Amino acid sequence: MRLQLKGVTKRFPGLVANDSVDLTVAEGEIHALLGENGAGKTTLMNIVYGLYRADGGEILLDGSPVHFGSPRHAIGAGLGMVHQHFMLVPVFTVTENVMLGIESTRRFGFLDRREAAQRVREISQRYGLEVPPDAVVEELPVGVQQRVEILKALYREAQILILDEPTAVLTPQETEDLFEVMRSLQEAGKSIIFITHKLKEVLAIADRITVMSRGRVVGTTTPGETSEEELAAMMVGRAVRLRVDKAPADTRGPVLEVLDVVVLDDRGQVAVDGVSLTVQAGEIVCVAGVQGNGQTELVEAVTGLRPIASGSIRLLGRDVTGASPRGFLRAGVGHVPEDRQRDGLVLDFSIADNLVLNTHGSAPFARWIVRDDEAIRAAAQERVAAFDIRTLSVEQPVATLSGGNQQKVIIGREFSRPIRLLVASQPTRGLDVGSIEYIHERLVEKRDQGAAVLIVSVELDEVLALADRIAVMYRGKILNILPADTAEPERIGLLMAGSLGEGEGPGG
Amino acid sequence: MSVVAGSVGASTASLRRARVMGILFLLVGVLIVLVFGLGSEGGVVSRLGLNPARAETLFRLPDLVLPARSTAFLLGAVCAFLGGVQLSRGFERRVNLVIAIVLVLFVFAFLTWAARDRSLSLLGMLQSTLLRSVPITFGALSGVLCERAGVINIAIEGMLLTSAFTASVAASLTDSLWIGLLSGAIVGGLVAGLLALLAIRYQVDQIVAGTVINILALGLTSYLTDQFLQRNQELNNPGRFQNVPIPGLSDVPILGPVAFDQNVLVYLMMAIVAASFFGLFYTRWGLRVRAVGEHPKAADTVGIRVLFTRYRNVILGGVVAGIGGAYFSLGAVGRFEEGMTAGRGFIGLAAMIFGRWNPIGAFAAALIFGFADSLQVKLNILRVGIPSEFLAMAPYLVTILIVAGAAHRVRPPAADGKPYLKE
Repeated sequence: MRLQLKGVTKRFPGLVANDSVDLTVAEGEIHALLGENGAGKTTLMNIVYGLYRADGGEILLDGSPVHFGSPRHAIGAGLGMVHQHFMLVPVFTVTENVMLGIESTRRFGFLDRREAAQRVREISQRYGLEVPPDAVVEELPVGVQQRVEILKALYREAQILILDEPTAVLTPQETEDLFEVMRSLQEAGKSIIFITHKLKEVLAIADRITVMSRGRVVGTTTPGETSEEELAAMMVGRAVRLRVDKAPADTRGPVLEVLDVVVLDDRGQVAVDGVSLTVQAGEIVCVAGVQGNGQTELVEAVTGLRPIASGSIRLLGRDVTGASPRGFLRAGVGHVPEDRQRDGLVLDFSIADNLVLNTHGSAPFARWIVRDDEAIRAAAQERVAAFDIRTLSVEQPVATLSGGNQQKVIIGREFSRPIRLLVASQPTRGLDVGSIEYIHERLVEKRDQGAAVLIVSVELDEVLALADRIAVMYRGKILNILPADTAEPERIGLLMAGSLGEGEGPGG
Repeated sequence: MSVVAGSVGASTASLRRARVMGILFLLVGVLIVLVFGLGSEGGVVSRLGLNPARAETLFRLPDLVLPARSTAFLLGAVCAFLGGVQLSRGFERRVNLVIAIVLVLFVFAFLTWAARDRSLSLLGMLQSTLLRSVPITFGALSGVLCERAGVINIAIEGMLLTSAFTASVAASLTDSLWIGLLSGAIVGGLVAGLLALLAIRYQVDQIVAGTVINILALGLTSYLTDQFLQRNQELNNPGRFQNVPIPGLSDVPILGPVAFDQNVLVYLMMAIVAASFFGLFYTRWGLRVRAVGEHPKAADTVGIRVLFTRYRNVILGGVVAGIGGAYFSLGAVGRFEEGMTAGRGFIGLAAMIFGRWNPIGAFAAALIFGFADSLQVKLNILRVGIPSEFLAMAPYLVTILIVAGAAHRVRPPAADGKPYLKE
């Protein structure tokens, strides 16, 4: 089936999400839709899938115009979408999730689970999508959940599959498996629209590539005709440096020493399982790993936000085990949290107030118990300039800023204190390439000034770009710590999936 | 090394819990022996009746005549034995069953002690347990239907009350209990419609919306009762549904008189328990309802109408609560009285939670509350020396204990109480 979009336009209050977009996806084609966060890729696909209504333009399937008022119509016409956040009911079984909406039933609407499970098995065999039909979804690994999503679309006999950022949650190996599945779907004549912002993947799998930027299509090309640099330039609208320039690390003694630390998660399960790690002044240590392998809890432990069950934490030689978050703060720890909107900022507070969230209580921002608004405003103006925060006024609520500028507010706040250790968790998640570039440079600059930097990231490219040493975390353990200059991406990928090389024991 | 420490930490916690349970069983055994055993005079017997009050039954069972003291010793020994087994070997996964057994043994020992030198109709207690659990079950089912679709319903109390009132007046006016029942069900549905409108359309906080409805229901029915029913007693004289024994089944010993010699509302309750259980877990309808309550967006993307499902289920829940309300005035008392639901809607809510949002679980939980309720009445009659005011607290105390114990271990539908916004 061939999909054509002509002049599709979608406006939200205050912005044009899709500005007269043209796109053609041929039958049996893997078509990559490349663009930064906020470029309008997902909005466009939500229109195709009937979740949003376009303000203008038309959609043609095999040449005839269609109007989808709801996903139900789109599904009926042969479209399937795998959303970035899975649309699976966690407490249902695989079969229940797959059949939901088009259930096989016997008399009186009683479910025929056996028949449905049989069809699930057939489809999984045909396309090499291994799933256990009777397993409860929430107990399956993310990669398998994604297969369930794809199966759901195939169960509805989708001819065109839309995959929205499918690799964001996968290990490199799982990504390879997914590509394998995509190729077998392609052989069966299905078309695939592959939404992503990862350049390497696009070049590896796509037949054709459409690049979007600020709601518009800025070009269509094929992997043979282009390169990573060119694609990045198309996405951003200017030449981008993909690599961070940095000198070799000049280490000056340990700052953070984590010894045999065990941390429990919210459900009381062991999340960090006996981790030992040292970060020296003047180096960047990156913790690589797939999301949910204990990184969050580790970061919370070394910033004092979560008590540790056993082990010890030392800062500059001083034992800070059990200290309060404020204790860590005062000892010179800066924290760029994983969820900037929930844990990093008070969204309704002004930029100025957010810039002094952890220093407002003492001079120069307070005299005795009274705030010094003048000093706060002056400092804010200075930092807005120094950290390139794009805003009209420091009095604006921080919620009105873009993600990149919000992150700069946090960076500005943490970097304006004399910190000895910086802990940054997913520092560039969801940011545009320009902001990523900027934040990477500041992180390296902080290292060069002699701070110890601990970065947690699930983006392997980011880890490889920034790290002096790479610690790979899997199921709460650090499997190995590798020097970045000799680390091969394949090796790290394997470690992220929990596989140790031959003859190696868990290090660290 | 610390890996080991971590897993040991996790298993010591469960080991400690197993040990606490074992000690608890032992203590219950000792308690039974000391209080009920030594508290009964030697040679005194307790007579526990197993036959219905009406004389003609096919099978007549002999009454259970037990020596009070040795019964207590025996039951205490069994509890202590179970405690010993738990401490030495452990029941592991079956420990919940053993807890239930120990609880039943304790209650039985208590009854034998309370009935020493007297007779107590055990059958009567079971009958009144079922009867007292009826409105609680209806309330709990109403909650299950709403919350499985993702709308919190704490307005059950209000629904019960308004429909109890309506059913009484409608039945008195038309001289037909059936029309009364129908009116009660309809009014329950209407009150639920109001909740649905507030919660789904206007996205009012669902706890607040439910509370408002409860206050409205109490105020409105009390006002109308004062203004009209007090002066016109003929408006509040509907009569009652009579018991209809089911031929054959009602003659089965014990179970027959308890479950199959009841009025039509009790049978209706059993039918609704079964229908909603099979409906929720074995049909297309139920799969979709649960999907809406767990992950409405996922349901939406496969073409299920989320808001429609929620409206429908809340109103359905209201109808069920309406039938439960009618039970108060048409099934139990035979007239409407101010505030006659006395918190049964809230106890129903607790039964729903304890029953894990499952109709059969909810019914079982309602039976426990019903038993606590009937126990306190019985004890009042037997004069065991506890002031009746304290005894009357029994069902509410059981509610608090059970909810406090169960609340952190049960998991409500994931989208329960969260309005669904389409982008």
